Amino acid sequence: MATPLSLKELSKKEILFTPGHRMCAGCGAPIIVKMVLLAADYPVIASNATGCLEVSTCISDYTAWKIPWIHSAFENAAATISGVETMYRSLKKQGKINDEIKFISFGGDGGTYDIGFQSLSGAMERGHDMLYICYDNGAYMNTGIQRSSATPFGADTTTCPAGDVIPGKMQQRKDLTKIMAAHNIPYAAQASPSHWGDLMKKVRKALEIKGPKFMNVIAPCNRGWRSKTDDAITLSRLAVETCCWPLYEIENGNTKITFKPREKKPLVDFLKPQGRFKHLFTPENEWLLKEAQEQVDKNWERLLAEEACFAPKETKEKASKEQ
Amino acid sequence: MKLKGWKEVEPGAVIKEPGSAMKFKTGSWRSLKPRWIPENCINCLLCWIYCPDMAVKVKDGKREDFDYDYCKGCGICALECPGKKGKKAIVMEEEAK
Ligand SMILES: Cc1ncc(C[n+]2csc(CCOP(=O)(O)OP(=O)(O)O)c2C)c(N)n1
Ligand code: SF4
Ligand SMILES: [Mg+2]
Repeated sequence: MATPLSLKELSKKEILFTPGHRMCAGCGAPIIVKMVLLAADYPVIASNATGCLEVSTCISDYTAWKIPWIHSAFENAAATISGVETMYRSLKKQGKINDEIKFISFGGDGGTYDIGFQSLSGAMERGHDMLYICYDNGAYMNTGIQRSSATPFGADTTTCPAGDVIPGKMQQRKDLTKIMAAHNIPYAAQASPSHWGDLMKKVRKALEIKGPKFMNVIAPCNRGWRSKTDDAITLSRLAVETCCWPLYEIENGNTKITFKPREKKPLVDFLKPQGRFKHLFTPENEWLLKEAQEQVDKNWERLLAEEACFAPKETKEKASKEQ
Repeated sequence: MKLKGWKEVEPGAVIKEPGSAMKFKTGSWRSLKPRWIPENCINCLLCWIYCPDMAVKVKDGKREDFDYDYCKGCGICALECPGKKGKKAIVMEEEAK
């Protein structure tokens, strides 16, 4: 039977991810990995794209993983695990293995949105029974905070430095969760470590579904976000409460928002504590803040509309009666 | 801690010992140290789930002290701790020199 999703019960489980890893103090990524592995009630085999998580959890002869785990390259985490999953299916068919094993791939935003995008798209389209988890910290952190297509609008990075020439990144983020859902996979979701129950529920749900699944999880990085070492959870919570990182899932094409903040906080609440947005708080850059807020509002409105549009028939009828 | 020479490392960089990172104690990174105050603790275990370094010990569902061998002193636990009646059960203090 599955372990109940209560912290008391979960704390009795062995965490298959050990301390002694070399992620920075206060990094969000190891918190996510821990939650994912705690949520899984099956044996898991994982692959990992190059990036902070991979580099810092298998330095030299030291691994923080207590599950079979493969790193091959930056651009092919999804292809790697799809190969393992294929071998597993073959061995199962041959009667050489009987265990029910789940396959998970971890990648950073650089390794997922950009450089591993093609192999991820291919693995999803081929229909492998796997869960891909992107921990999105919004830049290539491991090599010194270079911009990626996940870097938020206006953020200062080493390759879009805020200064006299540009006020930080001038492009919008790529909406990867929606792009993955557009592969017509059975499950795509967005989660945040602040909402641990929601995140773990989504992992559980994903692992019960056959076929390719994708989860995008916001992963604060105090080095790159120029924030404090203690605020990974607070900032990821603010990202959710300002609706710039909405928690939702798209299951078989139907969108469901899994957490609606009672009061939608202004985006500046999320931006202000982060040094990468510091330059936005000057009079000449006020228009950028306004534009960033407008983007968030538009995306949130669209998500609400999508949810309403795909709501099951009964809920729709109920909603129209209530009006 | 002695690093292995290239002749001792497994071909293909295979690591055969699961969780061998445990041999590397990250506690020395700490400049701030969390102190647990049991009388203010409501055993919500949020510090346990949010710790990036698995440095909050829990036994049979009950909070125990920190594992200072690995705690890097980030302070997430202290910030997230709801405490009892507004009194935090975790406070961050300067690490002794
Ligand atoms: C093909 C290739 N290009 C570049 C690198 C160098 N590199 C290693 S990690 C990394 C950044 C990874 O960024 P991301 O995927 O966002 O993960 P993060 O480090 O932010 O967690 C880069 C550019 C590499 N290892 N392989
Ligand atoms: S640089 Fe950022 S993502 Fe990388 S380990 Fe440090 S906090 Fe984590
Ligand atoms: Mg990144």
